[in-house]
Amino acid sequence: MNEDDRFGLNRHVRLMGPLPLDSGAALTPVELAYETYGTLNAEASNAILICHALTMDQYVASKHPLTGKGGWWTDMVGPGKPIDTDRHFVICANVIGSCMGSSGPATINPATEKPWGMDFPVLTIADMVRAQALLLDHLGIERLHAVIGGSMGGMQAISWTALYPERVKSAVIIASAARHSAQNIAFHEVGRQAIMADPRWRGGAYYADDDPPSSGLAVARMAAHITYLSEAGLTEKFGRRLQDRDSKTFGFDADFQVESYLRHQGISFVDRFDANSYLYITRAMDYFDLAETHGGTLAHAFKGSKTRFCLISFDTDWLYPTSESRTIVHALNAAGAAASFVELSSAFGHDSFLLENPEMNRIVDGFLKAGETI
Amino acid sequence: MTKLRPDLQIIADNVRPNARVLDIGCGDGALMAALRDQKQVDARGLEIEPANVASAVSKGLSVVQGDADTDLSAYPDRSFDYAILSQTLQTTHRPDVIIDELLRIGKQAFVSFPNFAHWRVRMSLLVGGRMPVTRLLPQTWYNTPNIHHVTIDDFRALVRDGKLEQEGQWFLSGDKQTGRAMANLLAEHAVFLLRR
Repeated sequence: MNEDDRFGLNRHVRLMGPLPLDSGAALTPVELAYETYGTLNAEASNAILICHALTMDQYVASKHPLTGKGGWWTDMVGPGKPIDTDRHFVICANVIGSCMGSSGPATINPATEKPWGMDFPVLTIADMVRAQALLLDHLGIERLHAVIGGSMGGMQAISWTALYPERVKSAVIIASAARHSAQNIAFHEVGRQAIMADPRWRGGAYYADDDPPSSGLAVARMAAHITYLSEAGLTEKFGRRLQDRDSKTFGFDADFQVESYLRHQGISFVDRFDANSYLYITRAMDYFDLAETHGGTLAHAFKGSKTRFCLISFDTDWLYPTSESRTIVHALNAAGAAASFVELSSAFGHDSFLLENPEMNRIVDGFLKAGETI
Repeated sequence: MTKLRPDLQIIADNVRPNARVLDIGCGDGALMAALRDQKQVDARGLEIEPANVASAVSKGLSVVQGDADTDLSAYPDRSFDYAILSQTLQTTHRPDVIIDELLRIGKQAFVSFPNFAHWRVRMSLLVGGRMPVTRLLPQTWYNTPNIHHVTIDDFRALVRDGKLEQEGQWFLSGDKQTGRAMANLLAEHAVFLLRR
């Protein structure tokens, strides 16, 4: 298998599709940047697909080419970890609409031979999942041992179980929801307006002179970053402490540590992320409502499902609160699906799913191992 | 294989193989695991304590964190062969409503509870004049989760008034089964199998 150039780090494939989209448009070609870890067994039965969150990417357990940092989920993925690359064949693909090598507004529109910009079709979470299904076809994987994701990755994972129930044996959905709430949409709109209000955005056509709307994107990131944390977490980390100074300056510098931290988050984000991708992906999340696409009843999405489900939420996550996970659990119970759910305690809000959490690891490990014996 | 709590062993012995079971207040899933491993039962659980849920899920069991008082309504009618409520009835806000729910969701229901009319409890109250603290009821009145103490005769009355069928009854004194005669005085623990 190691000879096969479909497998390994930093893979890229161009599939001709066309991929029909929920908007009615079709995408061709479908470019997918992805990584695989571990070895696909002879029966192709040990594959785990990891779905990433809004601003994450395929570098789940390897060095990011732009930031030089290690993977974003190395506590969970690797040899001997719950998602065990010695045991499992792990796939993580950059979602379409994003900017790390998969088709998105910054890739080339074959009709114009220029970057798509805002001509790129508006996507949905289901479109992202259908593109991943094309990738699995390409890799020769009929059925996933598990699909796993947190936040927007959880939306993809749960969409997988609804769109391709026969292709998913187990699903792990962490800190996620079956629909985007009004509050979620509202925060995203703040971010989008910050980008579009930056004069350098220019209707999304900023690629030619490489002068992107970095100020707008940084503000969008700063606002969003607050929603990923918790009041208690911010207080614990920063309190009202001042940044490298003994007293307030009576000016508008970043006097407070929390200001300095947020500015740093904003500035470092623009080095690795495309503003138009931020618009497209947040839109896809806002459009997400799994019940809406199943006659208004969420349980219908799981009717007759043989998939095993494991849901995890965090008590300080106010962006995707426990009540959202519980709504999914009630629908799974109503559909008679095999469901597990636990709310874990953590001080770090929505971001908790990305941080080291032994209890989360123990649950995912046990859930995946149990799935291997049936 | 660790030994099951005696009331759970009685339930495990009397569940049909290959049945569908909902264990409400399943703790760390000991009964569910035994039913799965010994009787190929399709078991699902509901448990309020996160640490217990984590233990159960890490054993590969399908357990959902939730509260019997609020989370049973999502389960469809007669979607399980058995609904099980072990040592949880006395902690619920409305035991009568919970029993209705058990027999809506399950075709049959196992209910086990500590008997508040056991002679040791009676003696403790009679002689000591204080709320009893015994082996089965180890907490004091102010920190006990048991908010609806019940006796075997109380439970029988509830079954009668609810026009429910009683399909089995088992009584425990210590870890041993004891007879029906004077159970309300001599049994520390009771297990009932009900049907509507």
